[in-house]
Order: sequence, then C-alpha cells, then structure tokens
Amino acid sequence: IFGYSKSIRSVLKFSYHKHSTMSINKVLVGVKRVVDYAVKIRVSPDKSGVDLSNVKMSMNPFCEIAVEEAVRLKEAKKAGEVIAVSIGPKQCSETLRTALAMGCDRAIHVTTDLRTDYMQLQPLATAQLFQKVAEAEQPDLVLMGKQGIDSDAGQTGPMLAALLGWPQATFAAKVEPVGDGLVVERETDSGTETISIPKLPAVVTCDLRLNEPRYATLPNIMKAKKKKVDVMDAAEMGVDLTAKNEVLEVYDPPPRKEGIVVGSVDELVDKLKNEAGLIQ
Amino acid sequence: ANTSLSGRRQYTTHSQLPEEHQMIYEMCRNFANEELAPNAGEWDQKHAFPTEAITHMAELGLMGINVPGEYGGSELDALAYAIAMEEISRGCASAGVIMSAHNSLYLWPIQEFGTPEQKEKWVAPYAQPVKEDGTLNIGCFGLSEPGNGSDAGAASTTATPSEDGSEWIINGTKAWITNAHESSAAVIFATTDKSLKHKGISAFVVPLDAEGFSLGAKEDKLGIRASSTSNLIFDNVRIPKENLLGNEGDGFKIAMKTLDGGRIGVAGQAVGIASASIDCAANYALERVAFGKPIAALQSIQNKISAMSVARDSSRLLMWRAAMLKDAGVKYTKEAAMAKLSASEASTMCSHQAIQVLGGMGYVSDMPAERHYRDARITEIYEGTSEIQHLVIAGDVLKEYKG
Repeated sequence: IFGYSKSIRSVLKFSYHKHSTMSINKVLVGVKRVVDYAVKIRVSPDKSGVDLSNVKMSMNPFCEIAVEEAVRLKEAKKAGEVIAVSIGPKQCSETLRTALAMGCDRAIHVTTDLRTDYMQLQPLATAQLFQKVAEAEQPDLVLMGKQGIDSDAGQTGPMLAALLGWPQATFAAKVEPVGDGLVVERETDSGTETISIPKLPAVVTCDLRLNEPRYATLPNIMKAKKKKVDVMDAAEMGVDLTAKNEVLEVYDPPPRKEGIVVGSVDELVDKLKNEAGLIQ
Repeated sequence: ANTSLSGRRQYTTHSQLPEEHQMIYEMCRNFANEELAPNAGEWDQKHAFPTEAITHMAELGLMGINVPGEYGGSELDALAYAIAMEEISRGCASAGVIMSAHNSLYLWPIQEFGTPEQKEKWVAPYAQPVKEDGTLNIGCFGLSEPGNGSDAGAASTTATPSEDGSEWIINGTKAWITNAHESSAAVIFATTDKSLKHKGISAFVVPLDAEGFSLGAKEDKLGIRASSTSNLIFDNVRIPKENLLGNEGDGFKIAMKTLDGGRIGVAGQAVGIASASIDCAANYALERVAFGKPIAALQSIQNKISAMSVARDSSRLLMWRAAMLKDAGVKYTKEAAMAKLSASEASTMCSHQAIQVLGGMGYVSDMPAERHYRDARITEIYEGTSEIQHLVIAGDVLKEYKG
C-alpha cells in the first residue's frame, strides 16, 4: 500500500508540472556599457568620434529597465533563470556585476576591445553575436533596451529577432505572460498599441515607461560576487565583426539660437514661412 | 602592534576600491541623488523624520550595514560603512545621522558585547528593521546627560538591582539623544557602583515601551532638523536582569569603544556635507557670470574651491584609513579621532565657503548651501567635541614618544 501511495504522489507531482503556467524558463537580458547619461560628452578634435577617455560609463538606462523586467518576472515566478549578457571590453564585468546585483542569476561576457558606440562594432554584428549566445543558451525570451543612448540605433533587438526567426515586440511599456506567449503594450508616436505574441520564444525591447529599475540592495551586491560569469572572445565566435557602415564625421549640433518674442500671429506666420521655412 | 596594511592594495580613490565597494558607492550615490537630495530641504523646513526614505534605506540594507548575515544584516565592513555614510549624507545630513546613530551607536555595541540571546532580541529585528506592518525598529544611544557630555565618566543616571535581584531599576535623564522619538530601544549607560567612579558604569539595553519611561520634548535644533533629538527620562524603569550588556562596570569601556566606530560614521556624515557644499559651490561658480565671465574664472573663487577640496579629500583619506584599520582588527582610536576632527572642521569650512561663493544666494533657502552650513555645525560637537578629539589624539601620540 505504501508503494502504491508513493506512485500516486509522483503521478500527481507530474501532472502539477504539466499544468504549470511558467513557459519562460530562461531569459537572456542584453546589458550595454555606455557613457553615463549625465556626462557632458565632447567630440574629439579630429571629429572622428566622441572622446571617451576618463569618461564615466554606466549601464544603458533602457538595459536597466530590461534587467528590472526580467527580475520582476522571475520574482513573480513567471520566469526561471535570468542571464545577463554584455558585449564589450574588460570593464563590462562591472556592468554585468550590477545586473547580477539587481537579481540576474548568472552572466555571459562577450569580450571585445572594439568600440561599441557604433564607431566599430555595429548593430548587425552585435545581433549576430547575441544570436550565437541565444542558439547556445536556448532562452524563451530575450529582453533588451530599445536603444543604446550612445548610438541611438535601436536596431540590435529587431535584427536579432530576424536572425533567429523569432517574433518581436519593440518599445514595450508593459509585458504580460499569457498562456504560451506574451501580450505586449508598445509605445508608438501615435499612441499605445497592444499586440499578442501567441508563442515564445520572442525578442522584446524595453521602453522608458515599462518599469522603474531598483537600486541593488547591499546584501545582493555582496551575493553578486559569487555568481557565475562566463567569458568568451567575440573574435572566436564565427561572426564578422567589421563595421558595414563607415562613420564619416561626428560633430556637435549647432548651438541653440536664442528665441525671440514676436508681436503678432502674422509676424509668427511670416517667420515660420520665410525664415524657418517650415510652411509653404 | 602589527599594522597589517603592508602588502595590501592602498585605496586612495573611488576607482581603486574593490568592486563591491564601488558598487555600494554607486548605489548610495544614485539613491542620494534621486531620493534624498530633492527632498532634504522640505524635510529640514518641516522638521519631518523622512520615514519613507529611511524605510527604503532599510530595505536596501543600509540600516544594518555591519551586522552579520545571521542576524539579518548586510555583513559589510567599516570601509563600506564610511563610503555609504558619505554618499547618503551628501544627499541629506539628517538621513545620515539617523543611519549612523542606528548602526554605530545602537547596533554595534550589542553586536560586539551582547549574548546570543540579546543579539537575537535586540539586533536581529533592528538590522532588518522594517516590521510586517511597514513601521521601523529604530534604536538609539544614551550616554550624555544634562549634567555631563564630555565628562562621560560622571553618569548620574543610576541602575540599582531590584529587591529580588531579577531586575534593574533605572533612574535618571539622558540628553541630546538622536532618534529618540522614533526609537523602540536604547543602549544606555548608568552608574551601578558610584564608589568605582567611571569603572562603576554599566551598559543596558532598554525597551522604550517600559513603564516609567518618557520622552522629553524635541529639541529645536539649528541643523539636522529631520532627525529628532530629545531627552530620555527614566523614572523607576524596570528592566530584566538579562538586559545588562557586557559585565557590570564595563559601561565606560563599551561606550568609548562604541564611539571609536561612531566617529567613523560622523566623519562620513561630515565629509558628505563637505562634498555637497563643494558640489553646490562649483556648479554655481561655473554658471554665475560676473565681470563678464563665470566667477569660476576668478582666482578668489578658485582659491576657495581648492581649499575646500583639499580639506574634504584629506578628511576622506583619514576616514578611510581609520575604517581600514578597524577592518584589519587593529587599534584605531587615534585615527578615528583624527578623521572625525578633520572631517567636522572640513564640513564647517566647506559649507561656510560655499555660502561665500554663492553670495546672496547662499543665504536663502532656495539653494542648499545654508542648510549644509547649519547641518555641518553639529559635527564638531557630537560624538566627542573637537576638544575631546584633541585630547584623545594627543594622548595616543604622546604615549608613542613616552615609550
């Protein structure tokens, strides 16, 4: 009788797992090391790019939002393992350590000394490197920031989805796991759009209003020390890292001109037409 | 004594710190910029305890920063505490003193001298102090009295054993107690044997809901106004025998050892105020135009910025030195006193000069310079006046020469 009860219990356990609602077992989160948002960046004298020497670097704010979303999914038991992935120089280990302190389980550091602010390593190669990682890790969901605040390209997420042949939802302001897929609210210039991704895996890029990233707690900062970081060399991953686009020149935007007060609507229309050339 | 700093990497700038300390620095700095600095002025004007911010700090592990993990703390070292104190205080000096008094003055002595039962009862619920209902367990430290501040050996608060010996009966008044109005427990010092003078003082943990206990009125202070300061009044307050901390007669020694670590905390607060003053002055100087250019181009202003920076940086290094010695397990009394003395004087100088750089704008509450000036002043007074720090330092230095 004891043996019979035991086998009933194991059958019940098996059924429970079968009906579990967690279809996101593994999440990959891209985190990019970029110039800190508060830094007043300077263009180098030869106009070849911005001067990055001695400049404060931080995790891209949209990547912080992606990490926060992944960790929230994990805490709500809607996702299992969260893996942070970063591509860049040795110092990316700091960025990854911050992601681990926010709650990621482990990290992957793809090392390269190529500049990742569009000057050398560009979105296509970045997406191809992520593709290699995704093919090895087999995640159910890839979360990324919508764009890097250095390059403002916004291409890595969509390119990755296309390379993997996965559905994508960009500029996510809300992500809800539903059934075997997701319902995502997207922010567009003309308003919010709700789309359904019926089945995972998928790529989602994160926008500003998705969440407010947490501060890493002191205990989690200490725990992050012990979490695993796997390192791999970008040059040995079978991806062509050469830039496909050539940056011709980088220059400061023209300084904003002082505004003036106009005396009448007619004067305003006249200036818009004849000075600013904004109306025909 | 064997100074174990040889062979170790020297930490002189934030970028040389170990990775965890850098992460702690970044986290506290961001938190202070976003949650403390924008609200500090309002809290100061309203004399309002910043409950939400302190709760958030508690959730981040800042209110039990040096307590071991088994008692719910963040298990970090003194260097991390010093770094965190500077950044938090840079945002709000009141939040800094609330954090410092709770960590250094209440938690540390019980953690260091308490029995496992005392730690379970009085450390664990205070290291991770957010209760189920969202309210906070805060602790305070009662050494000073109306009749003695610097003269700590003359404690007139008494603790007499009850008739059956199962309790202590506390009588007396403690003055100038930080966190008094928010605390639910206190480490206090009372005379158990007057004939032994300062060797007749003992330390006790007192729950502040005990019968016979009452709070004095909140002091109307010049600065750190978001933190409450008042008397603790004990009128035949009975506490269990088990609430004696350490042995009878150990009280003075416990107090002095506690203050050593507390001085690192106050140094952190003072360096934070100095840093906030420099930030305010430098940013203003780069924007304010006079005589056809930003005043930052003028030598008078540059001299001030330089003097402020040297004072702040040297104080910070003294503070880090004291913290690292404490972490290495060697005597650090002199170094902690030097750090506190230097940092407190730096904070008053920097905040004074920040007002000077801002001119008229430094005198009004639109800019934080006047608040930094008011907040800084107490750092030269509490946790050992500058005059006492001189005595501590000179005593140790001269001992080295006497041999």
